[in-house]
Amino acid sequence: MLSVDNISLAFGGVKALTDISFDVREHEIRAIIGPNGAGKSSMLNCINGVYSPQRGTIRIGTETFRQMDPNKAARMGIARTFQNIALFKGMSVLDNLMTGRNLKMNCGLLAQALYLGPNRREEIEHREKVEHIIDFLQIESVRKTPVARLPYGIQKRVELGRALAAEPRLLLLDEPMAGMNIEEKQDMCRFILDVNDEFGTTIVLIEHDMGVVMDISDRVVVLDYGKKIGDGTPDDVRNNQAVIDAYLGVAH
Amino acid sequence: MQFFFEVLIGGLLAGVMYSLVALGFVLIYKASGVFNFAQGAMVFFAALTFVGLQEKTGLPFWIVLALTLAVMILLGVLTERIVLRPLVNQPQITLFMATIGLSFLLEGLSQLIWGSDVRRLDLGLQDEPIQVVMDRFGILISKFDLAAAAVAGVLVGVLAVFFNKTRIGRALRAVADDHQAALAVGIPLQQIWSIVWSVAGFVALVAGLLWGARNGVQFALTFVALKALPVLILGGFESILGAIVGGLIIGAAEKLAEVYLGPLVGGGIEGWFAYMLALLFLLVRPEGLFGEKRIDRV
Repeated sequence: MLSVDNISLAFGGVKALTDISFDVREHEIRAIIGPNGAGKSSMLNCINGVYSPQRGTIRIGTETFRQMDPNKAARMGIARTFQNIALFKGMSVLDNLMTGRNLKMNCGLLAQALYLGPNRREEIEHREKVEHIIDFLQIESVRKTPVARLPYGIQKRVELGRALAAEPRLLLLDEPMAGMNIEEKQDMCRFILDVNDEFGTTIVLIEHDMGVVMDISDRVVVLDYGKKIGDGTPDDVRNNQAVIDAYLGVAH
Repeated sequence: MQFFFEVLIGGLLAGVMYSLVALGFVLIYKASGVFNFAQGAMVFFAALTFVGLQEKTGLPFWIVLALTLAVMILLGVLTERIVLRPLVNQPQITLFMATIGLSFLLEGLSQLIWGSDVRRLDLGLQDEPIQVVMDRFGILISKFDLAAAAVAGVLVGVLAVFFNKTRIGRALRAVADDHQAALAVGIPLQQIWSIVWSVAGFVALVAGLLWGARNGVQFALTFVALKALPVLILGGFESILGAIVGGLIIGAAEKLAEVYLGPLVGGGIEGWFAYMLALLFLLVRPEGLFGEKRIDRV
C-alpha cells in the first residue's frame, strides 16, 4: 500500500538518506531499525511530508507523489506519533484525542460559532468514537486530565490514541517505546498488535529495542548512515552480515 | 454606601470596556502563543474605517458595520498570507516582532487613508443615567456603559463556547500548543490563523466602536491596548473568562482606589493603580487567575 522509491534527502552537505527504496504491504507491521543517526526519523518525516526529499517518489495506494505535505498526508489517512512526544500539553486527554478527529468533522464555522444542533450532534457522535479508543488504550481514568500532568508512559499512549482517533490506514510510530520500562513496553506492544489486528491498520515503526522489533514486526528495513543495508523478515535480518557489522562493529 | 455602589458599578462597567480590548489579545495568544502588539492599532484602524466609511458613503449603520467587518476580515486574511505564513515554525519572539511592525503599518495606513482628525462616532446610545435605577436606588448607571457590558457579555459567551466545545476551537488551541503536531493531525495551520485573526479583527471592531463612541475616534485609541495589559496579567493570557474577570477587577479597583485611596496620596491614582496591581499580582500568581499553569518535567 505504500512504497518509497529512490528517496534521497540532504541537509546542505549532509546526506541523511541516499537512494532508499522499500515497500509496505497492506496490514503489515514494518519496522525500520538502525543505529542512531541512520536516518530513520528522516525517513518517516519524508513519508509524512515534514521533509521534502530532493529525489525519489512516494506511492500511497495508487497515487504517486513527488513530495508530500503533512496536511495532504493526514488527508490520505496517514497518522503518526513523534519521537519526542508532541501532544497539545495544555489540553485534556479527551481534547487531544478529539483533535485527532479534526479531519472527520465538517460542520461549518457559523454553525460552530453558534453551537447549533448539527454541530452538537456531530460532537457527540465523534465523542463516542473517541471514548472507544480511550477504552481500548485503558486511559479512562485520566480522560479529563491535562496531558502535561501525566507520566511519560501514559503520554506516549495518549499520543498513540490521538493518531488512532483519525482512523488511519497507515500509522507511523517513531520510537513508541523509547524510555519505557519492561512493563510499559509490554503494554505498548500489545496495543500495537491489537491495533494491527482489530482495526487492520498498517503500521510502520521505528524502534531500538531489538527484542521488541523481532517479536512484533513482519518485515524489517535496516538503515545505516542513510543507506539501506538490509531488508527482510526478522530472521533474515538477524543473520545478515552487513547488519551484524553495523550493530556490533567490524574487527580490524 | 450608596456612593460606594455607584463607584463600584461604574468601575465594573468601565472594566468591561477593558475586557473587550483584552479579549482580542487573548484570542491571538490562544491560537498562536503570540502577544499581538498590533491589537491596539487594529482597534484604531477598525474604528477609523467605520467612521470614514460612514462619512464618505452616508449609508445606514448596519451596512457600514458589515462593510467594516469585511475590511477587518480581509485584514486578517492578508496578515496571515503576508506576515505569518512566511514565519511558520519561527520562534515566538519573531512573530511578536512582526506584530510590532504590523502595528506601525496599521497606524500609518489608517491615518493615510482617513486623515488624522479626531472624529465623533455616534452609536445612538446616550451616555446618561438610567432613570428607573436612579429613582429607585439613587444610583447613577450609564445607559451606554450597560449596553457596552451587554455586548461584551454576549461576545464572551459565544467565544467561550466556540473555543471549548467546537472542532475549530479545539484546532485553534492545538495550533497554539504545537505547530508540528497540529499539522500531523491534519489541522490546516494557514486557515486556522486566518480565522483567528479575522475574529480578533471583529473583536477589535466592537471595541473600537464602543471606545470610539465614548472618547472620540482618534490616535489615542491605540493606547487603549495598554490598559488591556494589566487585565491580561490578572486574568491570564490564555483565558477568555480571565479577560472578563480581570477587566472587572481592574475597572472596579482603579475607580475605588481613586475615590477612597486617592485623597490620602493627593489623587491621580487611577492612571497607574492598575499597573501596580498587575505588578503585585505577578509576584503572587504569575500565570494569572485563569491562566494555564505550566508544569515542566525535568
